[in-house]
Amino acid sequence: MALCLSGRKSPLPLRLEDTKKKTMAEKEVVIKTDKLTKKFGDFVAVSEITFEVLKGEIFGFLGANGAGKTTAMKMLIGISKPSSGKATIAGFDVYKETEKIKKSIGYMSQKFSLYEDLTINENIQLFGGIYGLSDDEIEKRRSELIDKLNLQNEANKLVGSLPLGWKQKLAFSIAIFHTPKIVFLDEPTGGVDPITRRQFWDMIYEASHNGITVFVTTHYMDEAEYCDRVSIMVDGVIKALDSPAGLKKQFNANSMDEVFIMLARDAKRGE
Amino acid sequence: MNAIEVNNITKTYSTKKNVITAVDDISFSVNEGELFGLIGPDGAGKTSIFRILTTVLLADKGNATVLRLDVVKDYTAIRNIIGYMPGRFSLYQDLTVEENLNFFATIFNTTIQENYDLVADIYKQLEPFKTRRAGKLSGGMKQKLALSCALIHKPKILFLDEPTTGVDPVSRKEFWEMLKRLKAQGISILVSTPYMDEANLCDRIALIQTGKILEIDAPQNIVSRFDKNLYAVKSKSMFNLLNDLRAYSKTESCFAFGQYHHLVLNEVHPDLNELKSYLKNHSELEINQINPGIEDRFMQLMKK
Repeated sequence: MALCLSGRKSPLPLRLEDTKKKTMAEKEVVIKTDKLTKKFGDFVAVSEITFEVLKGEIFGFLGANGAGKTTAMKMLIGISKPSSGKATIAGFDVYKETEKIKKSIGYMSQKFSLYEDLTINENIQLFGGIYGLSDDEIEKRRSELIDKLNLQNEANKLVGSLPLGWKQKLAFSIAIFHTPKIVFLDEPTGGVDPITRRQFWDMIYEASHNGITVFVTTHYMDEAEYCDRVSIMVDGVIKALDSPAGLKKQFNANSMDEVFIMLARDAKRGE
Repeated sequence: MNAIEVNNITKTYSTKKNVITAVDDISFSVNEGELFGLIGPDGAGKTSIFRILTTVLLADKGNATVLRLDVVKDYTAIRNIIGYMPGRFSLYQDLTVEENLNFFATIFNTTIQENYDLVADIYKQLEPFKTRRAGKLSGGMKQKLALSCALIHKPKILFLDEPTTGVDPVSRKEFWEMLKRLKAQGISILVSTPYMDEANLCDRIALIQTGKILEIDAPQNIVSRFDKNLYAVKSKSMFNLLNDLRAYSKTESCFAFGQYHHLVLNEVHPDLNELKSYLKNHSELEINQINPGIEDRFMQLMKK
């Protein structure tokens, strides 16, 4: 993978017009929730969470095991109906417009959204087709993507044979292949080496720069520091929400790890 | 005496098409009573090393001993004196907390009561749930139960393969505090982790990547071998800053590190004013010289 192992002399593609676009659209809200709640019987998995995420923002969604992150995320991506409260995703209602939500977002899960028994090209064609892109458009974007990731020699190999780091980059690229407004990343970078992890964050920065909102959950607290803002969930409630610098100041802590431990130490719930 | 000695171990796996060298001529030793960390990403060879040392996998080449016992010839003796917590939890999901612990005690010819003091600290936190099935526990609690099960026969050495992967920061912190207490009781511990920040909690570490050891030493010595000036740089537009820093003629490397980018310049006495004027288009620019961490050193070694 030629995504600059040396970390130099291989600048990411920069588009000036996008910089301008981002500044102009800075205030646009793409995720908005108001007292969003999910109950399973008597158990309140997610309790009245209220927050907004802006266009192009990298938003870290953190919480201890069992805090309710996954349940909250499922409501946001339109696959779990809330018990009460309101939310709009890319302007669409989470109760009534879930199909429109699904078309406006990309999703990459911990366990990868790729088919291991298909080749790289086949995976791209499959996902492009699912999202309704025309064959010409798929082909154009496919060849751009293969060039960008430097996968010319691997394009016809099975995804299952690729190293973990490549799979992660490919899964992310495919999650944003249809240029969604928001991409949801569920613990995307576990287990890779520090350079590969950073190449992955380079891609996230680039997507954000191009106006795609990035909503990411992670267990790496140092990774939370890459986010523009982070929320920390404990026992179904959002306990804190601010920029990493703001949170460290608020809790008089040196690292996000310390902030997290202060907030989550007394959590009642397990997984 | 060394608790563990590994001499030129190599392990390869063959698939239909190719041969993968998982462990490539690796040697290291762990002192008795030491907390030793194997630090590296997935695919570095950590699990193969654990499996060879715990006598469940044969190496292709080289030899290894655990408390002077040979991992091939003396495997039965080794199995009695070690505790092994594999990466994927070794618990029986359909047994309760108490049944799991009882099971592991019994197969090692002991009882929970006999060695209770060793696990008391950890097991106490699980006791309220002792009739719950292991499969229904949270990640942090599974990890505590698995550790209790690996300890219940009072092993002399503990092998912990990625015990904190996927566990939240609070449980991770508690887990490392438990390891410190076990070490204080004289148990030698070999632990692996992909989390670089955990390296600092070990007495000595081996940084490992694609089957090879990059460096072995105490964490502070490894960091001190980072021989370049390191700067943390920040501005309002971090994406543009990353591109600009990477395009700068005197940049050796630049990586995103959370709120800051870490920049290494290829000069002994860099002119920061020149850098500042190069970055004059950036607002809210901050450049501070900082001390490197394990991750900075790991990345420097990866490039060599």
